Amino acid sequence: MFMPKPLHAFALAVTLGSGAAVAEGPNLGRPIDPADIAPWDISILPDGTGLPPGGGTPAQGERIFAQKCAMCHGERGKGGVAAAVVGGGPIDRIEAPKTIANFWGYSTTVFDFIRRAMPWQQPRTLTDNEVYALTAFILAENKLIGQNDSMNADTLPKVRMPNRDGFIIRFPDEI
Amino acid sequence: METTPDKQDLERLEAVAGNGLLDRRAFLRSGTAVAGAMMGYTFVRSAAAERLAEEPWSLAPGGISRPYEQRSHFEEKIVRTLSNPNGEPRTSHARTPHHLVNGTITPNGLHFTIVHSGTPDIDPDKHRLVIHGLVKRPLVFTLDSLSRYPMVSRFSFVECGGNSAPMFSKEPIQASVQALHGLASCAEWTGVKLSTLLDETGIDAKAKWIVAEGADSLALSRSFPVKKALDDAMIALYQNGERLMPGNGYPMRLLLPGYEGNMNVKFLRRLKLVEQPAMSYYETRTYSQILPNGKAFRFYFLQEVKSFITHPSPGLALRGPGFYEISGIAYSGNGRISKVTVSADGGKSWGEAALQAPLLPKAFTRFRMPWRWDGGPAVLQSRAWDEAGNVQPTRAQFVAERGETKEVPRVLGFPNQHYNSLTSWAVDAKGEVKHVYA
Ligand code: HEC
Repeated sequence: MFMPKPLHAFALAVTLGSGAAVAEGPNLGRPIDPADIAPWDISILPDGTGLPPGGGTPAQGERIFAQKCAMCHGERGKGGVAAAVVGGGPIDRIEAPKTIANFWGYSTTVFDFIRRAMPWQQPRTLTDNEVYALTAFILAENKLIGQNDSMNADTLPKVRMPNRDGFIIRFPDEI
Repeated sequence: METTPDKQDLERLEAVAGNGLLDRRAFLRSGTAVAGAMMGYTFVRSAAAERLAEEPWSLAPGGISRPYEQRSHFEEKIVRTLSNPNGEPRTSHARTPHHLVNGTITPNGLHFTIVHSGTPDIDPDKHRLVIHGLVKRPLVFTLDSLSRYPMVSRFSFVECGGNSAPMFSKEPIQASVQALHGLASCAEWTGVKLSTLLDETGIDAKAKWIVAEGADSLALSRSFPVKKALDDAMIALYQNGERLMPGNGYPMRLLLPGYEGNMNVKFLRRLKLVEQPAMSYYETRTYSQILPNGKAFRFYFLQEVKSFITHPSPGLALRGPGFYEISGIAYSGNGRISKVTVSADGGKSWGEAALQAPLLPKAFTRFRMPWRWDGGPAVLQSRAWDEAGNVQPTRAQFVAERGETKEVPRVLGFPNQHYNSLTSWAVDAKGEVKHVYA
């Protein structure tokens, strides 16, 4: 689809020296090894791409949730100063509260958001196993998986969210 | 401005629509006298001026120049309104006071900001931007290295997808234009075109999306199409000539002109090229909006054509019948504003407003309309068109498609998103301005 122009630029810079490099672009970005990007590379795609090794169960997640999450999200995630992560009514009006159970399209988003952003005051302090366990607990409390289902890179993307097909791309021509 | 308009001059101005709207060229034709009379909301017809006197500040040398200029202390009350002044664990909104500023550029201190977990205090020397994923060569940039790239400047509005959300209320919420529409601002942004950097990393043919991520505590993340990256996306380093304000993403933010505010990821630290969107929290939950049939729009991207009147508006009362300038702002994520019409009779008749040059794509455009208020009730509205042919829907059209709330929401609530229909201000006989639906 796109021509790899930078390779030409790079070759020119090497043969003609810095003058040519400036004409094509300063080339001031420093190459980096994927292994060195890893600490920041936390994006999970809906097909599970990016999910780390490890896993966790609802029972494990329940304990962590009580300790680290319930003070804001309420006991068993029913809602507190921060939104409920368990439950949710029907989407019967345009201002209906959106919840994991009634709105979210992908289970991977639950993992991705908890891992990058929660607990709110100490983000990115949970281990991957803890994030899997918390994800499993929240999905199980919402009856989207069984109480004994373990969540890992293989099982999590297969959890089908109820509102998966509830979305319309507003401006597909922009993509 | 010391001259007052000759009464006959005023009478000669041509009406273009009902309830006192005058031809937009009235200013030009009738010269400065009329223009002077229309400037503000304090004009009192034929009040005799007092004898002029020297004031103390004219009779002694003034203060010392400051290294960084502060505005007059008389202006200190012109501020943004805060939704979370004590920094509780939730989102913080700061809204632009559109009724207290003028022109098209929002001063940096009054540009709206939304942060979902506070404003990080980023050391610019330690900040890094990495571009990786489906590229030929993953690269890391420092602020210093980006500062050596060819730069571009462009004026661009940024608007939160939730701006104007109170307008979804089934009943008009009494609030200022700041509360209703304050989550939109416009600045001149300067930085490096993203396509310049992608030229250096190279793009794998499979890459269709880019996941952008901030260095804030939530590592706020949004996906946007590679197509936009190669069009007009920018890594913005400067805002109205100075480095970005912290709340606007210091030291660098993604600027996607015309796209939903939240996608213009602040504190930008990572861009990952991927085949499919990440379906991040903010794109599939917060900024996906529910439709009356229970489905939801996702990837709305564009902030569609919109306008609203800022002068007069609630809080800016008219002081007696006479001449006023109705003015406001119009903008579209689809390009330039091509036309704005104004009504003073609740939409029964419309006149074309003057558009203030320069007319820039995806930026605020100020419109102006001379008006002779006869002291009777009036309902003021504006309606904008963009160069792509889009027009602001009427409220009836908009509500038929997007719905209204069942309950009256809190003024700071976000019952839904992407409201771009009309705003109506009713002027009563006392000159007070109220928000109404018309
Ligand atoms: C200090 C309060 C606080 C704590 C503790 C906390 N959260 Fe949150 N959480 C929030 C806030 C605030 C948001 C909303 C973030 C936003 O919308 O920008 C949120 C959002 C979420 C969401 C998205 C909910 C939705 O549907 O919008 C999930 C899931 C979540 N938190 C999980 C957790 C988990 C799991 C923990 C424990 C590890 C946790 N949170 C701890 C405050 C907290």
